[in-house]
This record gives sequence, C-alpha cells and structure tokens, in this order.
Amino acid sequence: MTAVLEVRGITRRFGALVANEDVTLDLRAGEIHAVIGPNGAGKSTLIAQICGGVTPDAGMIRFLGQDITGANTQARARMGLGRTFQISALAMENSVLDNALLGALGASGRVWRLWHPVLKDRALRERAEDALRRVQLIEFSDARVGDLSHGQRRQLEVAMALTLEPKAFILDEPMAGLSAEGTKELTGLLDTLRQEAPILLVEHDMDVVFALADRITVLDYGRVIATGTVDDIRRNPKVQSAYLGEEA
Amino acid sequence: MTRETLLNTLLMALLIGVPLWAWVADEPFTITLATRAVIFALAAVGLNIALGLGGLVSLGHAVYFGIGGYAMGILAYHAQTYTPLMAWPFVIEGTKFMPVIWLVAMVVSAVVAFVIGLLSLRTSGVYFIMITLAFGQMFYFFTISWPRYGGEDGLSIYVRNGFPGLNTLDPIQFFAICLALLCAVLWLNARIVKSPFGLALGAARQVPQRVETVGLDPFRLKLVALVISGTICGLAGALFADLNRFVSPTMFSWQMSGELIVFIILGGLGRVFGPVAGATLFVLLEHLLGGVSDYFLFYVGLLLLLVVLFTPGGIYGILLGRSKS
Amino acid sequence: MSLILIIEQILNGVQFGVMLFLMASGLTLIFGVMGLINLAHGSLYMVGAFAAAGVAASSGSFLLALMAAMAAAAMAGVIMEMIVIRRLYDRDHLEQVLATFALILVFSEGTRFVFGSFPLFLDVPGVLSGPITLPGGIQYPLYRLVLIAVGLSVALGLGLFISKTRVGIQIRAGENDREMIAALGVDIAKLYTLVFALGAALAGLAGALVGAIQSVQIGMGEPILILAFVVIVIGGIGSIRGALIGSLLVGLTDTLGGIFLPELFKFFVAPDVAQTVGSALASMAIYVLMACVLIWRPTGLFGARA
Repeated sequence: MTAVLEVRGITRRFGALVANEDVTLDLRAGEIHAVIGPNGAGKSTLIAQICGGVTPDAGMIRFLGQDITGANTQARARMGLGRTFQISALAMENSVLDNALLGALGASGRVWRLWHPVLKDRALRERAEDALRRVQLIEFSDARVGDLSHGQRRQLEVAMALTLEPKAFILDEPMAGLSAEGTKELTGLLDTLRQEAPILLVEHDMDVVFALADRITVLDYGRVIATGTVDDIRRNPKVQSAYLGEEA
Repeated sequence: MTRETLLNTLLMALLIGVPLWAWVADEPFTITLATRAVIFALAAVGLNIALGLGGLVSLGHAVYFGIGGYAMGILAYHAQTYTPLMAWPFVIEGTKFMPVIWLVAMVVSAVVAFVIGLLSLRTSGVYFIMITLAFGQMFYFFTISWPRYGGEDGLSIYVRNGFPGLNTLDPIQFFAICLALLCAVLWLNARIVKSPFGLALGAARQVPQRVETVGLDPFRLKLVALVISGTICGLAGALFADLNRFVSPTMFSWQMSGELIVFIILGGLGRVFGPVAGATLFVLLEHLLGGVSDYFLFYVGLLLLLVVLFTPGGIYGILLGRSKS
Repeated sequence: MSLILIIEQILNGVQFGVMLFLMASGLTLIFGVMGLINLAHGSLYMVGAFAAAGVAASSGSFLLALMAAMAAAAMAGVIMEMIVIRRLYDRDHLEQVLATFALILVFSEGTRFVFGSFPLFLDVPGVLSGPITLPGGIQYPLYRLVLIAVGLSVALGLGLFISKTRVGIQIRAGENDREMIAALGVDIAKLYTLVFALGAALAGLAGALVGAIQSVQIGMGEPILILAFVVIVIGGIGSIRGALIGSLLVGLTDTLGGIFLPELFKFFVAPDVAQTVGSALASMAIYVLMACVLIWRPTGLFGARA
C-alpha cells in the first residue's frame, strides 16, 4: 500500500524545548490514522509542520511523492492538503456560503477576478454547496458564521477542507467542544470521508479514535512511542502507562 | 429597498441636489464646497478598499493623494511655462489635458503603492501603521526640501486643466467630472466587494491563516488591494490639486492621512458609501463650524472621540443600527 | 570640514537623541504594558512646554518651571487616561489611532484657546546659558550639555526603576503576561494609570527642556511625536533599551545626515546640486533608516519576535 503522506524523522526544537523528536509516520490511501498523546506531546507542532507554518529542524515530509518540507502553506494546500483548525478559523462576518466559496476559490485559481460577482460563478458555487450539503449546513447557507452554534462552526471547518477536494485531510481535534450528539454526527461523516481521501486525525476523544481509526500513532514528550492498529495500541503497555493510564 | 440603500440614495441625492440648487441660485462657492466633499470622498473610498476591506490601517495614504497632486502640478507647470519636463533621452512635454494627468497620477501612484506595499506588508499591526506613516513623512520632507517645484511654498497653476467638450472653469462642470469619477469608483468598489477577490481579501483580514490553508496568498491579496487603493487616491489627489489650482507638501502631511481615516470612521467602517457620508459631514462641519468658531477642529476632535468611543459604526451605524450587512 | 565641527555635530545629535528618548521611553512603556498606540503623547509634550513657559514667566525660576511642566503633563496624562484612554485598551489599533488623533485636535485647539496662536518664549536660565570650553578647545553651549546629562540620567534612572523596584517588576510582568499580574493581585487599573502618568511626566519634561531652545507653540508636539514613534519602531516596541539605542540612532542620523550628505554629494555632482540633493535626502534619512530596519527586522532591533 502506498503512502499519500510520509513524515520521516522530523525534529523541531523551540529553544530548549524539544517539541518533536525524530517523528516518523505515514498516511496511506483509504485509512484514518489517528495521532494521540497527552497535552504538550507535540501534536500541534506536528500538524504545523505537515501543513506549513513551522519548518522542521531535521527530517523530511513527502506528500504525493513530492518533498514538501520547504514548501509554504499555500503551495501545500494547492497540492491537496485540506486541514481544519482546532480553534475554528472562519470569516465570522461572512455568510456560511461565503466561507465555503472561499475554500473552493483557492483551488479554482479564479481569485483575481475583480469584476465578476463570486456568487454568480456557477462551478464555484456548486462545489461550495456540495460541501455544505455533505456537512448538512446547506439550509444555513445565508446565515452569518458569527451567528452559528459552535457545533455548526465545526461542521463548516470540515466543509471548507472538503471544498478543496483534497488528497489528504489533516483534522486538528474536529470534535473539540462538541456535544455527544454533534460528535456522533461528525464521526459518521468522517467515516464516509475516508473513501475520498485518507485522514490524519488528531483527537482527544478516545471513543472517536477507537471507533474511526485504522491505525494509531501515540506521541509522548515529542516522540512516537507506539504505532499500530487499534488493538495493538490498546494492548501496548507503554501506551497504557504514558497515556491511557491517566484515563482509566 | 433596504434602509442602507435608501440612505445611500439620500446621500447621493444630497450631493447632486445641493450643487444643482447652487448652480441655479448662482452660488459658485457652494458648488466648490460640494466638489471638495466629492474629492475627499473619492480618496476615502480608495483608502477604504485597503482599510475597510483589507484591514490595512495605513497612516500614509496621503502619499498617493500627494503624488496625484504633484502629477497635476508638475505636468501643468511645465505646460504653462512652456518648458519640457524632460529633454533627454527623449523630450516629454507638460500637459494641461486632464485625462493624461489622471493617467499619470494613477500610474505613478500604483507603482509607488506597489513598492511601498512590497516593503511594508512584511510588517503587521502597529509596525505597519508606523512604516506607512514613515513613507508618508519621507515624501512630505522630500517635497519640502526639494526647491525645483516650489518646495514648502508649493506650486500654483493659473488656469484649471482642460477636459474635451467641457468648460472646466465652470464650477458645475468641474463638479460633474468629479462626481462622475466618484460614481465610477463607487461602482468599482461595490463590484470588488462582491467579487472573488473581495471575498478573499475580506477573509485575509479576518482569518489570514485560513486563507493560506485554502491555497491563497494573503500577502498578494493585500498588495493588490493596496495598489488599487493607492491608484484611486492618486486620482483624487490630481482632482484636488485641480480644484485648488495649487499643490503643496501639505497634501503629503500625516494629518492628511489621518483625515482620510477620519472620513471613513465618521461615515461607518465596512460600508461602501460610509466614506462618502464621512467626507460630506467633514466638509459640512468645516464650513459651518469654521464660520462660527476659530476652533472648529476642537469640535471635530470631540465629535470624532465620541464616535470612536461610543458609536463605532459611524453615521451609518447610528442611522441603521450597529450590525453590518 | 574640521574635526571640531564633527564633534559638535555629534554632540548635537546625542542631545537631540536623548530628548527623543524622554518621549520615546514613555511611548514604548505605554505600548508595551497597555498595548496602546498613543498619538496624543505629543500633546503632553506641548502641555509641559506651555506649563513651563507660563510658570517661568510668572515666577522667574527655571527649576520651578520644570517641575510645573512635569506636574502639569502628568496631571493631563492622568485625566486623559481616566476619561478616554482607559476605554481604548481593549480596542483595535485603528480605534486607538483615531481616538488619540482626536485628542490631538482637542488639546491643540484647547491650548490655542487658552494661550492664543502666538509662540511663547522660555529662556535658558542664566547660569546655564553661554558656551563652555571642552577639552580640545571646542566651544559648546552648556545648556545642551546639561540636556545630554539630564537625558542620560533619566535613562539610567528609568533602567534601574524598571529592573530593581517593585513597581518596575510589575511593569515588566505586565509586558509579558497581563493575566499573570492580575493573578498576582496587582491593581491593574492603578498600574496603568501610573505608567501613563510616568510617560506623561517624561514627555512634559522633554517639552520644557526643548522649549527653552526652540519656541513654545501649538503643534510643537507632533513632529517630535512622529520621530519618537520612529524611535520605538526601530528599537522594538516595549523595549527601553531599544528606545535608548533607537533615540541615539535617530538623533545622530538626522543631525549628521544634514551636514554630511550634501558634502558627500559634492564628490559626485556640482556643489549647488549637491546641496539640494543632499539636504533633500537628509530630510528623509531617518525614515529611510526606519524602513530599512523594519525590512531587515520586522519587529525592530529589540522587539519580540512575532
């Protein structure tokens, strides 16, 4: 099985703090690969290095067979890396549809049109509305994002990644702050997404992780302490002491 | 018709109606006042593309206003003295022809905005405010200490520049030219707001990290916004100099940059017609209070303070309620 | 060009620089601690100068005038902070710029109303007037040397105050982490007012000291305000050390640029052209310096990395 995204031995320090040390993992076609670990384990730094924004001190990141270690965020997005943010990053003053259109805009290359109204761009609009339909936000198209509930904003985050028609999803705690009901719905959606593109899922909610993940990588103090299937991880004593132990 | 559209219509009706009345009543000074308001509005609409839509708090937009002014001043000066602007390697003559002057004003402003943007957009927040202010001061002090075109005293142009088919010396005809340009720019602005570019620029102001992760470059979006914005301010500057038949370094002063922002905030940030309302109110106050008291800026200051502290939506916010469209 | 002239100009540059520092240190503290851009800081400078001119005219004492300047500016600062500035801490930069721009208009026109449009004069006190002979036979105005000494003492005092005293430590903590000082039980509102008053008093002192060698008039605060902003942007916002180094850099660049740039151009072009081009470029020199620093380091020499 070929890897869509490969992370090879990346290390990143902030002064004396080692955020990631020799982290290696890959994301294969069709899978959901969860990354878990206690707070401060280096998950956010890992995401930032994969999506752009933080450059590794050492190591390499390959996406679709291409070295993207030095590429900027925009270039990675254009290659098909679709991400969501842990804390919703949405244009609050704009409508839901506007936000979805923004996602579609990046891929379309038609951003430099100054004259043609964006709402009249049929292809763009279809793509945006498709994504909104998938996350069940289509009836809220005209609502202002600022007026949406927290759960709906989480759904819109996912929709914006969808509009890119990405080759891989990087989801940073998509369930953060969701109700049990919301979590269930979004879990169902993510389950269907994996056929379109594999998902690298950073998540705190263990039930979600065990329900969705094909494989799990556990980070602790910036290092990978285990990688394997759900059962491997459940049984791994190192993981139990480092992480699951707290939960039990 | 929404209340905002109604307010826009009323505002434009006022801007057209008052000068027409003044024309009939033979009150040329009132027409000049309205022309002043229209030109300030034009400059503020230009700044609003960078500031309102792009969130770029530029305290140096007087640069483009001044460049427009000096483009007019220098070209007309050479035309009225019958001296070439440049004799080598090829001869460039001055001109008294408005469309050429506008074109030069806009092109030079655009180029300068591009260069300033390239350098200043590397910074953000208060550093951006200060570096734009610094560029403004560079031009201000340069024109003061450069004696070729009048230095501190500025340049006077004896006869207003010409426009084919119109008598620009007639106040109402010059007003009509300025108003037509304002309408064109307002229309352009409204189109930009609704365009893909406008959407992306607005998002770059609110969530730059998101814009990057959909594959767009906030830097380039802001740079283009700054160039469009500067170009419009340049045009406004050329008209302002033509209105006064005079250009001086004060067009480059930082107070000028400050006033342009004031127009926008008085009118209402984030509204296409906000800058028009603000500029009109400012010129009105300047005229009304200036006649009553020598200290009219004191009252402008107080008013501005009240608006900023208590009614962030400006005139539009007061009349329409605070929520934006 | 003689060595004496060069030394004289360097001293002039340092003198200008330390006066800028009095302005810039207050601005940079206010920005660092409260996150506020205060365009009206120049108005406090003007208030100090007018207060000094008024008190000196009626009492004849320069020392009393200086104290009045600091007191008046601090008072004006406290009033300004309590009525207006306090409401701006949580606002964005645009609103801060506008509200304090409005304050400039209010202060300038208010002062014009009270004192009229004509400049006032504040004389250098008799004991400090006249030149003094420095080693090497250089004649230099004593008052300007005193300005340098005062400015450097203030810089030293401020440095000690910030690093050694309890309030100073609270101020530094406030720059790093606002929530932390609240958690430590510091009365933030009081601390903010205090920092503002301190900045205002220094601005007032600068206004009075400079007022004695220039005229005291409406609008005198704005040019120096902009230069002080240039200083703190070069030095890095929030850094006292940055403000000192930035002040000296700006002071020296401005003073020496005016002398040397025309001379420099004389090597390349005709003297009259060199004079014109050189002076024109010299008038822009500090802004070019600032632009270069920001392009090189977008948060100033000693600013926190973004």
